[in-house]
Amino acid sequence: MSTVEAGRFGVFGGRYVPETLIPALDELDAAFDEAMADETFRAELDGLLENYVGRPSPLSDAPRLSKRVGAQVYLKREDLNHTGAHKINNTVGQALLARRMGKLRIIAETGAGQHGVATATICARFGLDCTVYMGEEDIRRQELNVYRMKLLGAKVVPVTSGTRTLKDATSEAIRDWVTNVGDSYYIIGSVVGPAPYPRMVRDFQSIIGREAKSQMMERAGRLPKTVVACVGGGSNAMGIFHPFVEDRDVELVGVEAAGRGLDSGEHAASLQRGEPGVLHGALSYLLQDEDGQVHPAHSISAGLDYPGVGPEHSFLKDSGRAEYVAISDDDALKGLQLLSRLEGIIPALETAHAIAWVDANRERWSPDDAVLICVSGRGDKDVAQLTTLGLTAQ
Amino acid sequence: MASTSTTISSNVDETFAALRQKKKRALVGYLTAGFPDAARSIECLRALDEGGADIIELGVPFSDPIADGPVIQASSQRALELGMTLERTLEIASAAKLRAPIVLFSYLNPVIAGGPDILERAAAAGVSGILLTDLPVGSDSAREEWLSSGPLSFIRLVAPTTPVERMAEIARHGSGFVYLISRLGVTGARTTAPEGLTETVGRLRSATKLPICAGFGISTAEQAKHVSQLADGSVVGSALVSAAAVSPESVSRLTQELRTAIDS
Repeated sequence: MSTVEAGRFGVFGGRYVPETLIPALDELDAAFDEAMADETFRAELDGLLENYVGRPSPLSDAPRLSKRVGAQVYLKREDLNHTGAHKINNTVGQALLARRMGKLRIIAETGAGQHGVATATICARFGLDCTVYMGEEDIRRQELNVYRMKLLGAKVVPVTSGTRTLKDATSEAIRDWVTNVGDSYYIIGSVVGPAPYPRMVRDFQSIIGREAKSQMMERAGRLPKTVVACVGGGSNAMGIFHPFVEDRDVELVGVEAAGRGLDSGEHAASLQRGEPGVLHGALSYLLQDEDGQVHPAHSISAGLDYPGVGPEHSFLKDSGRAEYVAISDDDALKGLQLLSRLEGIIPALETAHAIAWVDANRERWSPDDAVLICVSGRGDKDVAQLTTLGLTAQ
Repeated sequence: MASTSTTISSNVDETFAALRQKKKRALVGYLTAGFPDAARSIECLRALDEGGADIIELGVPFSDPIADGPVIQASSQRALELGMTLERTLEIASAAKLRAPIVLFSYLNPVIAGGPDILERAAAAGVSGILLTDLPVGSDSAREEWLSSGPLSFIRLVAPTTPVERMAEIARHGSGFVYLISRLGVTGARTTAPEGLTETVGRLRSATKLPICAGFGISTAEQAKHVSQLADGSVVGSALVSAAAVSPESVSRLTQELRTAIDS
C-alpha cells in the first residue's frame, strides 16, 4: 500500500482521519521531505530561526538550583525565543512549508495560547491569513495570549463543544481543515495528529536537542546523565529527546501533569494512566473510559491539559527508552516559585512540572552528574492565573 | 489484504439487489443512538424504518466526533451524557426490530474498546454493516482485515478529494456499498447542492460495481431527489437528527417526504 501506513512509531501513530484528508496528508508528506532536502528551504529556515526567533537559545547553568539538587543542572532556554516558548521553532518551519505549497490560509489549535501566538506571529511575518481555534475554558485562563493573537492579526475562534479545552479546539481545527482542505494549511502545535505531523513537528523541534547537545559538550565536556522535559502533547520533550535517543547512557525523562493526583481521575498523565486508543488521527496512549470515550484531562497548566500524547512518546515508553513520571498541580506551583527565586527565571507552568520533578528526585544524581532541563517557555502568560490562585509573591 | 468477494450475500447486498430489480434508489437515514434518549431513539428508528428508509445508519456516540457538524456533535454529546455506549447502542439495535438493515456508523475508538468479539456481538444484535469515519483504506491493515473478514458488511468512504486509482482500491476493500462524501467538510445540512457530484459519481462508477450512496449536507427532499438521479442512494443524517429532537412523528414526516421525492 502507498505511504498511508508509513508514519508509525512501533504500533503507534498512523493516519486515523476522514478519507477527505488522505490526499492532503500524502501531499504534505511529500512536500515536507522535498523541502527538507532543499538547501534553499533549509537556509531560509535557519536564517529565520537565527535572526527572527533568536536562536541558538542559550544553555544556562543554574548554580543555586544545582547546589540544592546536588548535581550540575543546565537549562535549555526556549523561554528566550521570540514569543516566549519553543512553539515558534515549529510554526516557522510549517509556515515556510505552507507558503512553499501555495497555501495562504493557516489554521491552528491552541491550548495555553503559546502555539496560537507563535502561529499568529509567523503568519503576520509572512502575510498569511490566520485562524486559531481555542477552547472557551482556555480563553478564560489565558486572556493575555488571546489578546496577543488578536493584536497580531489572527482570528481567534472560541470552541464551546465538549470540555472547551485543547482537545475540542483540535477537533474543531480538523473540521475546518476537512472543509477547506484545498486552500488551507493546518499547523498542528505538537507531535500529535496523523502522519506526517508527529515526525514533522519533532524534526522542526529537534533543533532544541541538537543545540543543547553541542552546548553541553562545549560547556560541560560531556553529555547529560538525564534530560528532563514536561509532556503534554510532547513537542518540547520530543525536540530535546530526539538527538539523544541513540545515546543510550543518557536518561530521558518526560514529566506529565498529575493534576490533583494520579489516582484522582483529574490529571493529564496519558502515558501513565491511559490505554492505547485513537484520537485526532493517531493511535497513542489516551485517557479514556472502558467504552472508548475520551476522558477529559485536567492540569493547572493549559498546555498540558490534553488527554492524548504524541505517538512517539508512546513508543519510547513501551520500548523503555524514556521514562515518564508525573508532578501534581501543587508541586508544579512550587517548581515555578523555586526557579523564580533561585535562578531569576519565571518558567511557564508547563515547564514548572519538569523543575519540580528534578527537585523532588535529588537523590538520583551525584554531584558530578549533569542534568539538562528544557525550559520550554516563560511564565509571563501565567501571572494573571497565579494571582487568581492566590499564589503570593512572598 | 483479503477482503473483496464475500460469497455469502448480506442483508445490505440483498437490499440493493431488491432495489435494482424495482429500479428504485435507496434512502439511507442516519440517527444517533440514544438521542434524544434511549426510549425515543427506538421510536425514531421505527419511524424511519416505517417511513420507508432502505438502510438505517445507527450512529455510535463518540466524545470527539471530528467528522461531524454541530447537529450530530450535539446529539452525540447529549446521548453520552445520558449514558449511551456501544453496548447500549447494540441493545437499541436489537430492541428496535427494524425491517431495514442497520449499519453502525462509528469512530474507531469505541469499536476497539468493544473488544475482539464486538463484530460478532453486533451481528447477533441484528446489525448488518459497519462504517468507520476515521479508518481510511490502508491506514491499519490488521484492523481493516479484522473488519472485512467479520460478519458485517464493511462500508468504506470515498471523498471528493480521492484520486480515481484510490477509489478503486477503496471499493476493492469494502462491501455492501460505497459511501460517497458528497462535499468537503463535516456532516450537517447545507442549502446548496453539492458541487461536482456528477463528475465524482462518474469517476467512482468507473472504479467500482458496488452501489454508491452519497451523503453529507443532504437535508431536503429536493436535494435527495437530485442526488438520487446520480447515485444509487442518498444519505440523510443531520436533518433526521434535528427531526428526532422534535418527535418521532417529525422523523416519520421527513422520511416520507424524502421517500416520495426519491421515488418520483
